[in-house]
Amino acid sequence: MIKPVRWPVGLILPLGLALGWEAAVALHWGNGRLLPPPSRVLATLAELYRTGDLIGHIQATLQRVALGFLLGVAAGTVLGAVSGYWALARRLIDPTLQALRNIPSIAWVPMFILWFGIFEASKVILIAVGVFFPIYLALTAAILSVDRKLVEVGRIFRFSHGEMIVRVLLPAALPSYVTALRAGLGLGWMFVVAAEFMGAEQGLGFLLVDGQQTGRPAVILASITAFAVLGKLTDWLLASVAARFLCWEDGFKPVE
Amino acid sequence: MLDIKDVSKRYPNGVPALDGVGLTVAPGEFLVIVGGSGCGKSTLLRLIAGLDRATAGTVALDGTPVTAPRPEIGKVFQEPRLMPWLTIDQNVAFGIRHLPAAERRTRVSEALARVGLASHAGHWPRELSGGQAQRVALARALVGRPEVLLLDEPFSALDALTRTDLEEHLLDLWAFDRPTMVLVTHDIEEALFLADRIVVMHPGPGRIVTKLVPPLPRPRDRAGADFHTWKYRLLVELDQATRRLPGDEAFPAAAI
Repeated sequence: MIKPVRWPVGLILPLGLALGWEAAVALHWGNGRLLPPPSRVLATLAELYRTGDLIGHIQATLQRVALGFLLGVAAGTVLGAVSGYWALARRLIDPTLQALRNIPSIAWVPMFILWFGIFEASKVILIAVGVFFPIYLALTAAILSVDRKLVEVGRIFRFSHGEMIVRVLLPAALPSYVTALRAGLGLGWMFVVAAEFMGAEQGLGFLLVDGQQTGRPAVILASITAFAVLGKLTDWLLASVAARFLCWEDGFKPVE
Repeated sequence: MLDIKDVSKRYPNGVPALDGVGLTVAPGEFLVIVGGSGCGKSTLLRLIAGLDRATAGTVALDGTPVTAPRPEIGKVFQEPRLMPWLTIDQNVAFGIRHLPAAERRTRVSEALARVGLASHAGHWPRELSGGQAQRVALARALVGRPEVLLLDEPFSALDALTRTDLEEHLLDLWAFDRPTMVLVTHDIEEALFLADRIVVMHPGPGRIVTKLVPPLPRPRDRAGADFHTWKYRLLVELDQATRRLPGDEAFPAAAI
């Protein structure tokens, strides 16, 4: 069977905007000093890549996001599952967590620096906090809305608490959970910038600050571009891994 | 031997659902409980399954009281209640996780063959018709070889043709290893086609009013004269439940 060609129509918008801006600067409609054209941004990226700086920055940032994301997901999953399954646990921990959720996470930065120092630990923990809440919130809500009728089938087969969670509740909650993971990952990318603003020697967030302090908008845009590409790539990776586990879904399929 | 002694059930909101129900079901017997909506027949079945507890009285299987779901008691619900994230064979194996893998595989393929769905093993529930899905639910309940199989209006959501087909199929499955069957229905013809013995329940609060043993030889002929005579008798029994006192007509036709 020949697979029908799916045109990457999603590229039209970013490429169109980039080409438009490039043309505007080339035609002297704008001077491009504060908003450098894509060719200059790409040249800056190439230069950063050539010196090896770019890879170093990306590695540092990626590592922080990955660690923070994993920690946040682990904590959010465990507490979300517990809070969704046991009413007593929910009554115990949920009010506190909901109160904590409403604190802007950036407000923790001074505290985290005092507690965990200026280096990696405080950054990773800040990211983990950002990732934790959407996952906790979505998983609790998803478990509470699992069809009672499916849970009853588990009861008929005398499932233990653990089996009920692993074999009925978590799979049923999976579609919402995946959406929460993607939202959490997005927040992770957001919080890594905040974390790197609070003092880092390496990382894409550091590159942003560096570009600002040395008055090089092309460097700032190069860093922003790298964020956009990496964020999109990791989200795509997460979504395509998740799609394998969600192939059973019987949802609305929009027409092409 | 299934022994239901003087069972009463009051819902948490105080409404009495069952009042002093007594019933004994012999091993291998096919018992059908007939009644209109709200007569407590499904509630009674939930008590036998161990999904709910009686307010007063006892349900016992082979001398031991049923206080929670038991491995000897299987249940088929009105809806198939298949796990949408499991394939058909995984759904059938849902309740026999304690068996060794090889035994599980043999039993699942046997059960699927018996309900005529061997070729659908790897399919998803969403790919099945309503009748096929309910057959998978039957296979899932039978694969653990229960002593007692409870069926709560299992065919009421199906079209008439599929329903008669599945009724015949159910008799075949019953003949195979003769579990005790307790089937709840509001369909008189279904009751007469299947039952060794028929119990009629009336609402307000739910109670047993008649126990009948239709002397119809198997295989039963739905078009036969005896079948019709008995259908009429059952209709009269049921009608008394809904007949209103003079002056209390639900539809004052004269006023229209």
